Amino acid sequence: MLGNFFLRKRMNFLAYFGLLIIIAFVAGVITEYDPVKGFTSIPKAIVWGFTNFYPNVESFEKLPDILQKIRETLLVSVAATVTGGAFAFLFAIFGAHTTRFNVFLGVISRGIAIVFRNIDFSAWAMILLFSFGQNVMTGYFALFFGSFGFLTRAFMETIDEVSGGPVEALKATGAGYFSIVFKSVVPSTMPQMISWVLFAIETNIRQATLVGILTGTGIGFAFDLYYKSLNYHAASLVVVVIVIAILLIEWLSNYVRRVIL
Amino acid sequence: MKALLEVRRVSKKYGNGSTALSDVSFSIQEGEFVSIIGPSGAGKSTLLRCINRMIEVSSGEVVFQNVNVTKLGKKQLKQVRRTIGMIFQHYNLVNRLSVIENVLHGRLGYKSTLAGMLGLYNEEEKKKAVEILAMLGLQDQIYKRADQLSGGQKQRVGIARALVQEPKLLLCDEPIASLDPNASKTIMDYLKTISTTLGITVLVNLHQVDVALKYSDRIIGVNKGRIIYDGVPREMTSDMIHNIYGSETGDLLFDLGGENAG
Repeated sequence: MLGNFFLRKRMNFLAYFGLLIIIAFVAGVITEYDPVKGFTSIPKAIVWGFTNFYPNVESFEKLPDILQKIRETLLVSVAATVTGGAFAFLFAIFGAHTTRFNVFLGVISRGIAIVFRNIDFSAWAMILLFSFGQNVMTGYFALFFGSFGFLTRAFMETIDEVSGGPVEALKATGAGYFSIVFKSVVPSTMPQMISWVLFAIETNIRQATLVGILTGTGIGFAFDLYYKSLNYHAASLVVVVIVIAILLIEWLSNYVRRVIL
Repeated sequence: MKALLEVRRVSKKYGNGSTALSDVSFSIQEGEFVSIIGPSGAGKSTLLRCINRMIEVSSGEVVFQNVNVTKLGKKQLKQVRRTIGMIFQHYNLVNRLSVIENVLHGRLGYKSTLAGMLGLYNEEEKKKAVEILAMLGLQDQIYKRADQLSGGQKQRVGIARALVQEPKLLLCDEPIASLDPNASKTIMDYLKTISTTLGITVLVNLHQVDVALKYSDRIIGVNKGRIIYDGVPREMTSDMIHNIYGSETGDLLFDLGGENAG
């Protein structure tokens, strides 16, 4: 009996594992991907990277230009995330189970958030290209819509998770809706919400690079430009600058988190 | 003495078809200390929350101070709620705020929208809050954050928040279920004092039969959403307790001794 139980568990595991391998194999066949060739080309790629893709002395002449572009990207990301966060806060209050006005409004705000969340940043960038053309606004709105959807979802869960008890307590004292929101929901969720906004800023800076390639703005444009003009040294310098910027932002937001939490 | 609270034929069915309360009736006199006991899932919490309409009843009515609470509009309901204090098992404090801020939340029912949002409390209210905290032995904790307190202290903050409402009735939902025996005794003693010296009526949900027998003027026994005992602790019998909990003799940790044996 007991032996059977463990045997069955092991068989189940093996069956799932086998299934996974079959799926991977079938997918490889359909897409004509050769894993052996894929792995053997890695050393070649590394060699190419080391021989071509590194910043040299001339590329540093481009540094002021690159720094100006990354500054633009950082600012756009921060601006888009913060405004997205402000709207997300409103929608999260209306959508969260603990604080929603009524079921109808709740479902509507949840629905809007789901739509915005499930359309990717790059998809937004492509869609918005038609309306705004190649300029900063396109990038800004792409990041804004994406972070709005993501943050609404995160805020809703934060609200439902932390403020259920206090909201019930304040409701029982006869407090009005706005008193409840500002005196219990806001103070108990604010640190976590700020933490989510910081996280979204970090993601957005990464996304901004890709969005920039599509919309022809910011650091993504710089990378695209150098890369396509075969100036690999300058392009690699862009990558280095992006990595440093992201590390700095992460360090900064971790510091802020430590202080507020 | 007159009836402060009357619960008349209250039933509660949930959307999934389960019945939490069926045809519950009882009344509570002003100044009484009443405990509700019964097994988990018997409907004790639902019953308590039907009184201040944190949960809507399916049928029947709740009359508090001669007002039919079940029929009230939003505004009048808020006015009734502020005269009913509520205390929770998990204290339900805003952990990141100070003790005094949490206590003053009890005044929000008296505030206009703007004053409530901004938390504009007058001098008198602040003094009253400090006074109540001192009465509950928390005078040294006033500026501490709620999450720095022990469970017993948190529950006392919960009591202070309810008292600052100047309530007629205190509803206590398992107030000592998460506390150690020492803190439990402190809390029950404070609740008893509040009932005897301030004349506030207290209705407590309890898991501990011995605590209910010791502190209450009256005990209501609930099983499967029905009241099966309503009387003074003196007349509570061992058989009745087993009836309430649906258990056999010897199944319960607790057994009546001395005068109540039988």
